[in-house]
Amino acid sequence: MNLKKLMLAAAIAGSMSAGSVMADEDTIKVGVLHSLSGTMAISETTLKDTMLMLIDEQNKKGGLLGKKLEAVVVDPASNWPLFAEKARELIEKKDVDAVFGCWTSVSRKSVLPVFEELDSLLFYPVQYEGEESSKNVFYTGAAPNQQAIPAVDYLMDQGVKRWVLAGTDYVYPRTTNKILEAYLKDKGVPASDIMINYTPFGHSDWQSIVSDIKKFGSKGKKTAVVSTINGDANVPFYKELGNQGISADEIPVVAFSVGEEELSGIDTKPLVGHLAAWNYFMSVESDVNEEFIEAWHAFIKDEDRVTNDPMEAHYIGFNMWVEAVKKAGTTDPSVVGDALIGVAVPNLTGGYSAMMPNHHITKPVLIGEIQDDGQFETVWKTSGLVAGDAWSDFLPGSKDLISDWRAPLSCGNYNVKTSKCSGQNY
Amino acid sequence: MCTPGLMAPRGAILFPFSGSGGLQMLLRVLWVSLLLGFGLATSIARADSFEQGLEQLKSKDFSHIEQGIAAIASSGNANTELVLNLLLNGELYRLKKTDELVVVQGKQDKKLIIVNLFDDSGASAQTVSKRKIKKVRINNNIRASLKAALASLKLSAAEPEQRRQAVNQLIGKLTPELYQTLSQRLDVESDSSVQELIAVALAVTDLNSADSDSAVQQTAVATLSDSLQPAARNALAQFVETTDNAILKSQASKGLRSIDEKRKWAGHAETLFFGLSLGSVLVLAAIGLAITFGVMGVINMAHGELIMLGAYTTYVVQLLMPDNIALSILVSIPAAFLVSAFVGILIERGVIRFLYGRPLETLLATFGISLILQQAVRSIFSPLNRSVATPEFMSGVIEINPVLSLTLNRLYIIAFCLIVFALLFMLLRYTRLGIEVRAVAQNRAMARAMGVRSEWVDAMTFGLGSGIAGVAGVALSQLTNVGPNLGQAYIIDSFMVVVFGGVGNLWGTLVAGLSLGVANKIMEPWAGAVLAKILVLVFIILFIQKRPRGLFPQKGRSAEG
Repeated sequence: MNLKKLMLAAAIAGSMSAGSVMADEDTIKVGVLHSLSGTMAISETTLKDTMLMLIDEQNKKGGLLGKKLEAVVVDPASNWPLFAEKARELIEKKDVDAVFGCWTSVSRKSVLPVFEELDSLLFYPVQYEGEESSKNVFYTGAAPNQQAIPAVDYLMDQGVKRWVLAGTDYVYPRTTNKILEAYLKDKGVPASDIMINYTPFGHSDWQSIVSDIKKFGSKGKKTAVVSTINGDANVPFYKELGNQGISADEIPVVAFSVGEEELSGIDTKPLVGHLAAWNYFMSVESDVNEEFIEAWHAFIKDEDRVTNDPMEAHYIGFNMWVEAVKKAGTTDPSVVGDALIGVAVPNLTGGYSAMMPNHHITKPVLIGEIQDDGQFETVWKTSGLVAGDAWSDFLPGSKDLISDWRAPLSCGNYNVKTSKCSGQNY
Repeated sequence: MCTPGLMAPRGAILFPFSGSGGLQMLLRVLWVSLLLGFGLATSIARADSFEQGLEQLKSKDFSHIEQGIAAIASSGNANTELVLNLLLNGELYRLKKTDELVVVQGKQDKKLIIVNLFDDSGASAQTVSKRKIKKVRINNNIRASLKAALASLKLSAAEPEQRRQAVNQLIGKLTPELYQTLSQRLDVESDSSVQELIAVALAVTDLNSADSDSAVQQTAVATLSDSLQPAARNALAQFVETTDNAILKSQASKGLRSIDEKRKWAGHAETLFFGLSLGSVLVLAAIGLAITFGVMGVINMAHGELIMLGAYTTYVVQLLMPDNIALSILVSIPAAFLVSAFVGILIERGVIRFLYGRPLETLLATFGISLILQQAVRSIFSPLNRSVATPEFMSGVIEINPVLSLTLNRLYIIAFCLIVFALLFMLLRYTRLGIEVRAVAQNRAMARAMGVRSEWVDAMTFGLGSGIAGVAGVALSQLTNVGPNLGQAYIIDSFMVVVFGGVGNLWGTLVAGLSLGVANKIMEPWAGAVLAKILVLVFIILFIQKRPRGLFPQKGRSAEG
């Protein structure tokens, strides 16, 4: 089993680096903080492999600043407090110069104080709810304005009048839905045409909710579901949609957490036409994407493995870090952190992504329809790049906040009305 | 398609495509149907519109593809239905190099065999790599207009189900021509449900049409009041809001009330069904535990993982026989039983038997085993979820009436649960193993004195409980993710059901599982899924305070122990 070998290799690599305290002066260490066991292993293991591949490729190109890169892999085991401990271990004991990791927002919130205290760099590759900008974190995934808002715009353009906002009951769906609700009302959608529904983690009995959605959608106005349902709960949800005969041309579902990898565990024939909004699809036609897919298949030794959006985010984040280190001529995190702003590297959709002063990046937004082979077909794309917005313009509390980590402002939540930086670190 | 050749003004086909939104979509559908309506009469004049339409399908722009589809739909060409179906199923491709339309015929190694569209002889067959062809893209709106266009072609299909779907697509979108066609169709239609649908479709149009007189509208209101179709209710509701005619208005609102009354009952029936099906899943997951925990008193935290093993067995069996999904599910049931029973016996012989009488250690040890099993599955099958296909006979719905339909997979699982329960019950009641199990559970020393090999019985009982968990896994593989975390999701619920039902009582497990399922589903609509779960838990805690031994406590001397 490839995976087994890999894990073994990773474990050996980990124990070796732990064992050799002499700290090889000739390598630059890069931390990889992704769960390899526990509930989140399903999503995060792939990102660990992606990082190993990227580091491997960089070494083949001759490393960085004349030194080889070395991956230090730790396993926070889907345990949020353990994330903080492992982050501390990576920075203090293993002496890494940058960390790539985390998936859930709660794991990011858990490691944030550690990164700020020890002044190291974290690259966070997953779409999230926004409302945060830390000096030490670089958000390479999508902010709500790079995923949720364009998706709603697209559906409005397709004639959708009634909206179901369905999500798992935790911070990302709650915040995203709050933003979306405000946005929809802003666009003149009456409250009676918005239905909001939350379900527990891992919810598996969707019968009555799908039946409610069906009833909500049979009132003669075109209806769509905006889904922030997380992780495993999606499969039974989609299965139930198929069972109750809801097809995508009657009530389309647009999802923000369903990518190629999640679909590889489902029979997608009943789902054809349902939508997802991402900044990258495996099916995107560009030379750099084809190279990436080929490299991935060669590295993982499995032609059937898919690529997805968070992988692209790591690809962009890692290349940005490499460019910034080259620019700064050192791996010192505080210098590299400043050098990162303004760095632009190719993304996999055939354009360039740049790091903004608010530590978010510019990306195109793509809307794709699920196909029967488990891939997405892009049906819509923003004409240009969208810059990630740390603080939503549609929430009363954060409307007036901006984030700019360049001197002299150097503030993650500067209030333009009161001209004050709240001083809160994140 | 036989339509009276009612010539519409030529200008109608120049309907603008600009703008967006629901109205535009409606117009688009109208426009397609309109063209179809007199397609025959004008087919000679626009014989080349079919070719032009095909040409436009090669575009990357959705609006061009849409125009192409409209042109094809109106061409009256014999191949129209074929092309539209290919498009709808995403089977029409464009060869990038020559810009020809092709269909994929088969696979050879990793390449695809393609032939030109309409080439039945296969003379143009060639093998190309996947990257050389590109699917003709459609989106949801195009899919909807394709379905509408196909619907008008299928109005006289042989299958009643096809006709029903066709009419369903057309409700509220009738053009005068289609109205004519449908009224003629109504006279010859033999299937009663299609008849009803056509009547509704016609009545909706009658009701909304400006030139209908009040008598026609009155009949329309009466027809719609008798129908449970969502479209009928919507049309009535809209009519009540807009009409000035007081008599008609009161009739329509009376109709609305009677529809709502019927819908309410259908809603109750649906909730009951949902509750029973959730309950049967709970019973399936818990019934194995009712044996290991209920009869033997072992707190087995790895019970969920035994369910997971059953689900993975289904996956492996399906990999072994990919061509026969339906049979593979049937084969999986005994296979999953054996796999989980085997692992269960291993756990019992290897760990649990040393820990009898020490519940805390058993709990910790089995929790450890559950983690080991999870990680083992992650290493062997990868942490990603595996996809288990649903056999044909289990997908779909039984439609009782337009507002109440029962999903087939749930019905099968309810039946399956009852069968498993009955078998297990009979096994414990009427077989030698059953008697020995009960004897050991009631009084171990006495049973041993009577010559029962209690160690062997322990192993068999644990194996039986574990095997049943595996069987539950087969059922769950049809409903939820097959992944390493499958078991965790059900372990709490299983314990809840067993404790609530009364430890050591199979009937208790059945009643508790079903009633918890129904209670959950009754509360879900007004409390939300999260709160409903919490309320059920709070209720059980309170209930256990009052009756610590559950719904059906064991009576007699054995209960004291």
